[in-house]
This record gives sequence, C-alpha cells and structure tokens, in this order.
Amino acid sequence: MAQQEILSTEPYLARFNAAKARLPGAGQSWLDELRETAAARFRDLGFPTQRHEIWKYTPLKALQGIGFTPAGEVARPASLDHVPSLLPAKAPRYRATLVGGVVRPELSSPDEELPAGATIERLAAALERDPAGLAELLGRVADDRDQPLLALNTALFEDGVVIRLGRNLVLDRPLELTLVGPLAEVPTQVHPRILIVLEEGAQATVLEHHLGFGTEPVFHNGVSEIALGPNARLTHIKVQAAPLETFHFATTHLRQERDSAYDGFTLNRGAGLSRLETRVKLVGEGADCRLNGAYLLRGRQHGDITTVVDHQVPHCTSREVVKGAIDDRGRGVFQGLIKVAPHAQKTDGRMLNKTLLLSEKAEIDTKPELEIFADDVQCAHGATAGAIDDMALFYLRSRGLDEAAARALLVESFLAETVEELGDESLRPLLLERIRDWLQVRRESLEEVAA
Amino acid sequence: MLEINNLHATVDGAEILKGIDLTIRAGEVHAIMGPNGSGKSTLSYVLAGRDGYEVTEGSVTFNGKDLLEMPTEERAGEGVFLAFQYPVEIPGVPNTTFLKEAVNAVRKYRGEPELDAMEFVKHLRAKAKELGMNPEFLKRAVNAGFSGGEKKRNEMLQMAMLEPSLCLLDETDSGLDIDALKAVSEAINAMRSPERAMLVITHYQRLLTYVVPDHVHVLSKGRIVRSGGPELAQELEEKGYGESIEAA
Repeated sequence: MAQQEILSTEPYLARFNAAKARLPGAGQSWLDELRETAAARFRDLGFPTQRHEIWKYTPLKALQGIGFTPAGEVARPASLDHVPSLLPAKAPRYRATLVGGVVRPELSSPDEELPAGATIERLAAALERDPAGLAELLGRVADDRDQPLLALNTALFEDGVVIRLGRNLVLDRPLELTLVGPLAEVPTQVHPRILIVLEEGAQATVLEHHLGFGTEPVFHNGVSEIALGPNARLTHIKVQAAPLETFHFATTHLRQERDSAYDGFTLNRGAGLSRLETRVKLVGEGADCRLNGAYLLRGRQHGDITTVVDHQVPHCTSREVVKGAIDDRGRGVFQGLIKVAPHAQKTDGRMLNKTLLLSEKAEIDTKPELEIFADDVQCAHGATAGAIDDMALFYLRSRGLDEAAARALLVESFLAETVEELGDESLRPLLLERIRDWLQVRRESLEEVAA
Repeated sequence: MLEINNLHATVDGAEILKGIDLTIRAGEVHAIMGPNGSGKSTLSYVLAGRDGYEVTEGSVTFNGKDLLEMPTEERAGEGVFLAFQYPVEIPGVPNTTFLKEAVNAVRKYRGEPELDAMEFVKHLRAKAKELGMNPEFLKRAVNAGFSGGEKKRNEMLQMAMLEPSLCLLDETDSGLDIDALKAVSEAINAMRSPERAMLVITHYQRLLTYVVPDHVHVLSKGRIVRSGGPELAQELEEKGYGESIEAA
C-alpha cells in the first residue's frame, strides 16, 4: 500500500516555484528564506497520510485528482453586497472580511474606528508597511517542524489578517472575521494566514466565521498564529460552515504566557471533509486554556477536531469539553492530547468528548490521550458515545412533541452543555442559534420523509 | 371516556398485563393500587404509548377513538397526560422553552392557534404561582438538578399547562416529603373537574387521603383482582395486599 503516494506534492511545489517571486513580501530576504524552508519541508514531509498516527482517522484521498487553482489567480466576478454575520444586525463590531483568502477592504471596518494601540491589517499590506515587525511574528508561534500543512501554508499564503493589540488595550467590540470561500468556477486552493497578538493585559473577542457560496471544490488550508502576552485574555469563537464541496483544514497555533486566558469555542458543521486542529503551548505559569467545541455532521460529512495542549510550565490549567451529534453516514473524529512536561507540576488538565449518534451508520473515532511526565498533576480524560435516550424521547413525545421535534430538542440539550462552558454568556445565543439552524434542517427533512 | 377491554401487554416478550378491564367516565378519579411488579407502571406506559410495550390482545378506546393506534404525541394531543414516576432531566433546555413548545404542539393538534410569547409567559407564571413554584424554576433547565419534590411539582405544572382530559399519575407520591405531598395533592385536586378523569397509580394509601378517589382497584400479577370505593384503600393500608391477592 503506497498510501503516501496518494497525494502528490508536485503541483504545489511547482506552484511555489512559479509564483514565489510574486507572492506578497517577495524580495524580503527573511520571508523568502522562510518560504523556501517551508517549501522544502513540505516536499520532505509530503502530505499527511493515515500512517501518521495523528492523521490515522482522516484520509486525504478525496483531494486526489483535483487540480486546485490558487484562488488569487482566478477572477472573482461576483461581488458581495451583504456578508452574513454571526451577530445581530445592529450589534457593534469591528469587521474584517476575506473572500477567497484575500481581504476585501470594502467589506471590512475602516482603520479609523479602531482604538489607538490596535491594528487590524491585511497581511499582504503589513508585510510592506512593517516587515521588521512581521519578521518577529510570522512563524514564531507556529514553529513546529513536523506539520506539512503548516509548511504548505507558509510557502503559499497570499493574504490574511494581522491583529495586534498593545499593552492593556481592551477591544471594546468583538472583531468579526468572516472568511468567505472563493467565488470561482473552477476548483481552487486557498492558504489564509491569520496572526493575532495580544500584548500584556490586552483583551479581545474574535468571532471567526467560515462560509461560502460556491459549488466548486475548495482546498482550504488555513493557519492561525495566536500569541497571548502575560495577563492577556482572548475569547475566540470559530464557526466552520463552509459548503459541502469544501475541504477545510485549519490549524490554530496558540502560545500563552503567564496568567493569560484563552477561551476558545469551535463549532464544526460545514465542509464535506474538515479538520480543525489546535496546538497549544502553555509557556507561562498560571495560563488558562479552554478548548470547547461541538460538531454537527450529516450526509457523508467527515469532521475531525484534534487538539494538542502542551503544558510546558507548572500551574497551568486546560479544559476541553467537545460534544457532537452525527447523523446519516457522518463520521466524526476527536483526538485530544494533553502533554505535561517533567517540571510542569500542579498542572490541571481535563478533557471530555461525548457524541450522540443519530443514525446506525454514524461513526465516531475518539482518542483522548494523556502524556504525563510530571508527578504532581491533576489530569483526567473521558469519552462516551451513544444514541438518544428512549425514555427522554418518550417523555417529550408524551408532552405532545412529535418525534422530530423531540429529537431536535434532545440534541440541543446535549450540545447546550458545551455551549455553557463558554465564559462570555452574551455569546452563547449565537452558537445555540447556529446549532438550532442545523437541527431545523434535519427536522424538515424528517418531516418530508414522514409526509 | 376511557374503556379498557381485556388488555394484554408484553415487555421484552414477558406478559405483564394479563387481561385488564376498566372503564373510567369523565369526572371520575380512579386509583390503582398494587404491590411492586403487579403491572401498575406498565399500564400507564401502555396507555401513554411507550415504545417496546406491545399490546398482544384487547383494546383501549378513548373518547370513542382507538387509543392504541395513535403515536404517543397524538395521544397527548387527544388529551392524555402521564405524570412520570421519574421525570426525565433535560439539561440546557429552559423549562419555559420546553413548556412553550409542548403547549403549542398540543394546541396545534387540537386546531387551536399557537399562543404568542407574551400570552404564554403570563399564563405560565399564573399557573406556577398557583402551584407555589418559585418563578426561578421556569428559567432553569427542565428537571436538571431538581429535587424529587421539585420534579413532581414540575410534572403538575406541565399537567396544568397542557390541560389534559385524562391524567395518568404514576406514583406521583413517591419520594415526596409531607409538604411536597400536600402541594402535589392540592395541584391534583385543583385539576379535578366534571370534564376530566384521573387514574392515580400508587403503592401507598397516603396520597389517597389527600386525593380521595371515587373508585379503587387492586392490581396483582397483571389483573385487577378487587375493586371498591375509597374505603378499600384504607383497608389495604391496614391489612396489606396479601389478603386481597389471595382472595382473588
């Protein structure tokens, strides 16, 4: 079985060689070197295969045989006069919108609205304006050498967003980051790069929303790098609702310094094949990291949530509650790894994964793992999978709810528990609304079958 | 209102109900008493339509309609309400949301217009107040973390909101202290009306001192072995079930 041969790196390397002189920031020696090194690393590593333990449950063979044109090279005839939002229409927000991986200034909030000390910039522009600053950021958090998709992103990124908040700056409104898929008539690839830097004591809420309108295949390979300084606090919601034709891969690399807090929530419900990976390095004592989330899969969707939390120093806490509902022939993957370094005493790490299987053909592969090298720690993990409770279903139906309504309410109940983990209560309704949308579609399709 | 004829039912292949005959008219309160394992809860589940309870013989007619043909939710729409012995916890779903969905589902079935949010909340608050429930309960998730007494009161609240014509009360007195027992009894009595019938299923006589039934039946091994007036409950309390069952 020559599984590693399935996906060839050649077209991507050829693309890199052809485009490298034109990519944003080309000619800056540090960046040229970074990209060259990344391309070479990608060539050496190859695409991940199921032989790699951490990719065991998520095959990439569906990408085989599709020629993905770089989104930036394809004309984008359609214009968007309205970008869907996670927030109510009148809610105050800052906004940055990317279409096909490229920032669209006309769909983003103007700089003058931002408080002094905060910048939200196009990555391509920031590379021109502040190359020295970017050289200090790019690839500093995402410095892993064994990640082929990170290497591919670094080699090929064309744009993205750079968000920087200075010392003690509190962003007074949430920043809504909307990533709309390419509006193209051919298969496309897009490698957006997002950098978020919160200096000491800064605070922000970022709502990241992935969606699309196209019907052509899209290979999305996003990388985010988030650096939280001492005492910085970031609430980060990510809703992945890309069209089914999308292959959505995204890795968030997070580095937390002393007493910083990250409250993350991932809702994974779009794309035919998706993998949302979060890799956390807790490098300062007292850091607190929350990686909660939910997945909703139906049809033949495959959704993978993978997390690696690396407790490198003592006295940090990490918490994960990830729950999902899988219908039809959907397939879910949860992999969670908590690593505790030998001297990271008093680590408190907990991880829980629960899945509700809504059909007999639905499947979940769950693998919570602990790798502990310190002796004075509190770590726990657990995983369950099961069907809807018959007694609960009977209870609701005995109150007049039809079966579809009763099932929807029970799924909502099941997932609401993880939404309640989100610290900022004001943001919970927007997640519940996205969950209810999904359930409503299911309810309607059941009613059609019944009719 | 309810006519049960020669009802036989099995659960996992075992016959639990072995020929029940019972007629309940509008306005009547019937009590079914019996030892554990006599089939009391099975009868309530069969009447409410729980999956896995298979009727092998007999019939149940409710207001002239074949009850056994209907799925559970239609029975609720027709006016059957089962107060559960162990009400199910539904974390994450506020009581108000759940009740609104249930009330509107039943109203829709009955061809009545759905209540708008304001009307509904007003109605709900009034009912909760009558039951002596703290309004905070309405915001909390359905039964999640409720005490035994709180769960049973919540069942009574649902019953009051859904306005059923047949109330099946399955061991509603179990796990209640004396204050909760009184409160729940008052709620049941408040629902008594000439248009409404009740079937009170209980192991002990104590609920029946507060909710005085018109008829008392003793269920044993899947059959009604004795029937009588409210004095039968008192007799069973004093002498136990042994004699009634042996006499049968």
